[in-house]
Amino acid sequence: MVRYFTRLRVRRIYKWGGRPYIFDRKLKSYGFEYLNMSVEGQEAVTTVTPGQYILIEGNDDEYPFVAKLLKFFGDESHKQKKALVQWFLRLSEVPQNKKLLLGRSPHPQEIFYYLGRACDNEINAESILGTVQHVPEDTPFPEPGTKDTLYVKLSWDTKAFNVLDPVLMQDTPASTPPKPALPLFPPCASPTATPVSRGPVRRALPTPDPTVMRRAGSVSDTRATMSAGKRSTLEAESIHSASKLSASKILSAKRRGSAADTPGVRKKLQLSPGKKMTRADVLCELLDEEMESEKVISLKLSSSVSHSLQHGCSLSPMRSVCKTPNGQRRFPWKLSSISLDRLSPTGYTLSILDSGTTGIDRVITLQIECLDSYAFLSSQRATTPSRRKESAMAIREPALGVLAEEDSEDSPMQPIALTPRSKRKSAQLVSLRIRKQLNLLDNTQKLFSDGDDDCFVPSMKALQSSTDEEKSEEETVVRKTRGRNGKTSARTPCKTPSKKVCMVTPSTPRHATPSIPSRTVPARQPGNILDEARARLHVSSVPESLPCREQEFQDIYNFVESKVMDGTGGCMYISGVPGTGKTATIHEVIRCLQHASDMDEIPTFRFIEINGMKMTDPHQAYVQILQKLTDQKVTADHAAALLEKRFSNPAPKKETTVLLVDELDLLWTRKQNVMYNLFDWPTRRHARLVVLTIANTMDLPERIMINRVASRLGLTRMSFQPYSFKQLQQIITSRLNKVKAFEEDALQLVSRKVAALSGDARRCLDICRRATEICEHSASHPSSTGLVRMSHVMEALDEMFSSSYITAIGCASLQEQLFLRAVIAEFRRLGLEEATFQQVFVQHRALSRVEGLQPISVSEGLAVCQRLGACRLLLLEASRLDMLQRVRLNVSQDDVLYALKAVRD
Amino acid sequence: MCTLSRQRKGSIHELVQMILRERFCHQRLPEKPVGMESQHKHLLELLRRTAVHGESNSVLIVGPRGSGKTMLLNCVLRELLEVKDVNKNVLPVHLNGLLQTDDRIALKEITRQLNLENVVGDKVFGSFAENLAFLLEALKKGDRSSSRPVLFILDEFDLFAHHKNQTLLYNLLDVSQSAQAPVAVIGLTCRLDVLELLEKRVKSRFSHRQIHLLSSLSFIQYLDNVRSQLSLPQDFPDTKFYDEWNDSIKTLCEDQSVVDVLQRHYNSSKDFRSLHLLLMLALSRVSASKPAIKPTDLLEASRVCMVDSKANILHGLSILELCLIIAMKHLNDIYEGEPFNFQMVHNEFKKFLQRKSHSIHNFDKPVVMKAFEHLQQLELIKSMDSSTAKIQKEYQLMKLLLDHSQIMEALQKYPQCPTDVKQWAMSAFG
Repeated sequence: MVRYFTRLRVRRIYKWGGRPYIFDRKLKSYGFEYLNMSVEGQEAVTTVTPGQYILIEGNDDEYPFVAKLLKFFGDESHKQKKALVQWFLRLSEVPQNKKLLLGRSPHPQEIFYYLGRACDNEINAESILGTVQHVPEDTPFPEPGTKDTLYVKLSWDTKAFNVLDPVLMQDTPASTPPKPALPLFPPCASPTATPVSRGPVRRALPTPDPTVMRRAGSVSDTRATMSAGKRSTLEAESIHSASKLSASKILSAKRRGSAADTPGVRKKLQLSPGKKMTRADVLCELLDEEMESEKVISLKLSSSVSHSLQHGCSLSPMRSVCKTPNGQRRFPWKLSSISLDRLSPTGYTLSILDSGTTGIDRVITLQIECLDSYAFLSSQRATTPSRRKESAMAIREPALGVLAEEDSEDSPMQPIALTPRSKRKSAQLVSLRIRKQLNLLDNTQKLFSDGDDDCFVPSMKALQSSTDEEKSEEETVVRKTRGRNGKTSARTPCKTPSKKVCMVTPSTPRHATPSIPSRTVPARQPGNILDEARARLHVSSVPESLPCREQEFQDIYNFVESKVMDGTGGCMYISGVPGTGKTATIHEVIRCLQHASDMDEIPTFRFIEINGMKMTDPHQAYVQILQKLTDQKVTADHAAALLEKRFSNPAPKKETTVLLVDELDLLWTRKQNVMYNLFDWPTRRHARLVVLTIANTMDLPERIMINRVASRLGLTRMSFQPYSFKQLQQIITSRLNKVKAFEEDALQLVSRKVAALSGDARRCLDICRRATEICEHSASHPSSTGLVRMSHVMEALDEMFSSSYITAIGCASLQEQLFLRAVIAEFRRLGLEEATFQQVFVQHRALSRVEGLQPISVSEGLAVCQRLGACRLLLLEASRLDMLQRVRLNVSQDDVLYALKAVRD
Repeated sequence: MCTLSRQRKGSIHELVQMILRERFCHQRLPEKPVGMESQHKHLLELLRRTAVHGESNSVLIVGPRGSGKTMLLNCVLRELLEVKDVNKNVLPVHLNGLLQTDDRIALKEITRQLNLENVVGDKVFGSFAENLAFLLEALKKGDRSSSRPVLFILDEFDLFAHHKNQTLLYNLLDVSQSAQAPVAVIGLTCRLDVLELLEKRVKSRFSHRQIHLLSSLSFIQYLDNVRSQLSLPQDFPDTKFYDEWNDSIKTLCEDQSVVDVLQRHYNSSKDFRSLHLLLMLALSRVSASKPAIKPTDLLEASRVCMVDSKANILHGLSILELCLIIAMKHLNDIYEGEPFNFQMVHNEFKKFLQRKSHSIHNFDKPVVMKAFEHLQQLELIKSMDSSTAKIQKEYQLMKLLLDHSQIMEALQKYPQCPTDVKQWAMSAFG
């Protein structure tokens, strides 16, 4: 079983700081000045005071909610800790259709001041994750790559983006420095000034400009923190001992910030090509997690990151040293060559080997982007030792050297912090062990031959399956920073293992904006009245209103509206034959509801649409839903897990999601888990999901669904009846909307004919459209086209409904007609509806003698027969049976005789 | 004409061959499609509206093989692309059901031909699901007035209907029925029952426009067509030869034997592809020494075209094999078409040998068996049992894949056929 959420929740302890300074008698609540947060098992304490900007646990791990803390208060019993906040929105929380209102491409770190009223601004103080830094509106956006804080420029009031009123932000001058954080050196790093800094490492910068300095500071700062948390098994950190105290304070905040953000790294990486994780962050997380002995987390983090970066090979070194549960050692051999062939700017590898406090050996492989090919090559060599039997240490050293060199420009502390470590005793011990394992692997590699397939596929599946193996005592973490080249790293990983591994993994570029090229000359507008009518009658044109579905509209509207109002969830099943306006009605309902929510009559909601026919596999439904909800692209299994989490966990600020599932029957799978999930989510307490499903058959739930699925779908059903002729007539009239192009009788004829046959509105509109064309052609002058008359409609109806078989027989060649007669003659003789070619051919020959035609040869006869078979006047067996193939008529005998008689006369 | 510039001196018949071969073999588009004016107008109008007004449409062109579906479409496209604003504004996408055998391949091909952004060089990256999502997204982003119309031309449309869930057809037709990028879906098929293949949702989205190409060509028109096909174009360099050639063609088409041959062809099939084959054979006999098509050439060509392939095979058989065929024929007569096995045939053959074997040796049984197997390889006889392994070769039930007339015709033409064998074949009972 594949597991995705192996991450354990960090247990945090929240304590009020100080005495309650105020007591509200009415509400019976105490006000508090600050809140102390600490992580269980750690001493580090973060203090959160009102006025600070905080991250709040949300339904999306990658993007915790951002808010400004206004006030703390608790009730008398001191059990509940509450906080008042001012919300900020990330762009991803803005409804999809409103994003365009921004008018520019958003900055990935940008947030918006929320002026809406739909969200409760009271939160549980225990959902606070940590603090974050804010920069107000007057600072320009920094260059991509140097951003580490969040920016507020605009406010969002559910309808439009406005320039942020500076007054709103003024009450917290302390936490909003006017410029991005000033250079701060580790010792003096104050908790407020070091936010979740993700300053990228720029080794190329020769002069310590403020940002780099600060980043360097934060880098070393975190390092110090880690060592503090780790009870100093890392001797190299002693240099930072001075900073331990203050640094340890921010540790938990930092950890939470980064832990909460790490899955988001992938997302952020996509958004901004230049942005990277610093080693500091990476190490910080890794070590923090070690402190908590949460091996699984780090693994998960690493998997998600490397997954997103789509470096199959970089993942494998970690697999190579990890043990499978049964003690068998896995060893992907081919990998080294792959990574060498690869042209993408991978990082070089830094391996830090140390034995943790718990006696667990860890190998932390940290890949940092490299700038030149030399470093790249060395990195490849550096990664090989973990796979090859060669001495791991010997080759790892040069890589470290390179890193040290590069780093020395960046921060003077780095090399000291990193290089000595690998020389430590414990590290050498580990490398020795690894070497032993690799020797073992050598023997077992054949056993592993099928296993290494998933090794170089960075698919979620492989990664997750590996997490189970990680339960063993060894653990490897591979961290990579993103390559500088945005294009290559923007590629999503391909799901299927590619045969040509040395090539760039095939994938769709993530940033490719799919579009059809635009035309040079704009499309011409309809000229005359018939053109106008034709444009209005096209199925695609959206009518002003949907006539004849008022009752259905009202029912669906009421259903969705009540669910949105109550904040609950529910399912509805809608059936009806094609072309009865099911999808159109729902779209109309949603349009009206959107309008209502714009007018603040109902809370805001999101509308998502999927179509069973527009996906290649039922499980793609998850992918599409998730992509439309959060803009993420992940594999189906992962998407299912994310959605499951999203819909089952409570979160503040959640708006209702309305999901339309079109062509439901195609989401059928043998285990029906897709349908099950779709109908199960709305029943969850915190889901706030409304599912509207559409299919053609009324009894679909009874026919194809197993009981537990059908039961969850519930009994809210609706069926769209085929349109009656009056309704069809009304539809056309309303579409034409006073464009006088049709005679009244002509319209009635069309509607009656279609209503009698199928009641499909599309058919009706198509016939009308064709009739306008015929009318236009039949007119002698293009200018003198009159109304569409009965005759035109008749012609169009004939064209669309009449069977072409009779005409086809009439137009067939003489021998073909003769053959058809022979077939009928033979059928009559045999009293069966089937005969072999040989039998028919005897008749054919006799008939041609009667007709005075020269008899044809068998070859020709077969050719005639095949021609009739190709256009399906005859049904034939496979032609290799030659003379013995059986012949049947695909038309009734009467039709054939009628058609042949017409030819004779 | 570009071909004329390549003319070499003294080889005027080569030039003639070149011009006419291009007509017959290279599917050169005629100036104007013959006998399908209304269909031409309908299709042109439809595609013009897509190209100029951005109106989405779907249409099926249905007609038997060789009736000129592709020719009509290509003529329309040629005419459409001659219009200036249309030329750079349409994106034709050609698909063929025989090449794009499933939706995955078809999607890749569409993406490649549209040159969307996930195409690198000639390769389309991404999984099937990604590609589908990508294409749909691309089409969805477009709108009627600003994006270029895409013409999806689906050759062998019926084969696309066999793809899983008809996903591709559903999506293309759905786009054509919704306010997205303008598309025209043009299907070409020879199946008259193609609409029955479509799933109900797909069918509802199809506009039900069908253009039927059913030629109601009379024989007079057919003859005219033959004449115009064989005539040289007016811009032929050598006017003297031009006049001579066209006169000879005119007289050729008035010759009674030629008219008979053409009538026979017309009766058999009206399509132009088989006519071209016939004319091609006649044309290949034109040389420097014989600079015109004679009626005998056409007769000879017709004979080659009409020849019965099986009877031809019979001419190449050995006497023993022929005797076995005759024995089988008698068995067929006796048992009214019931299957036979080798043993029966051998007995029949032995009886014949005992009665009157003046010219035929007494063959050993293995030799006869070998001959029998050879006939099976030539598919003149066919085994009736599906599992051949179980039954011994001698007792496998067989059926003869030859008509009596074919056997008799072959015997007549068989070189130096022994008279007693001929008599045996004629006689009512073996």
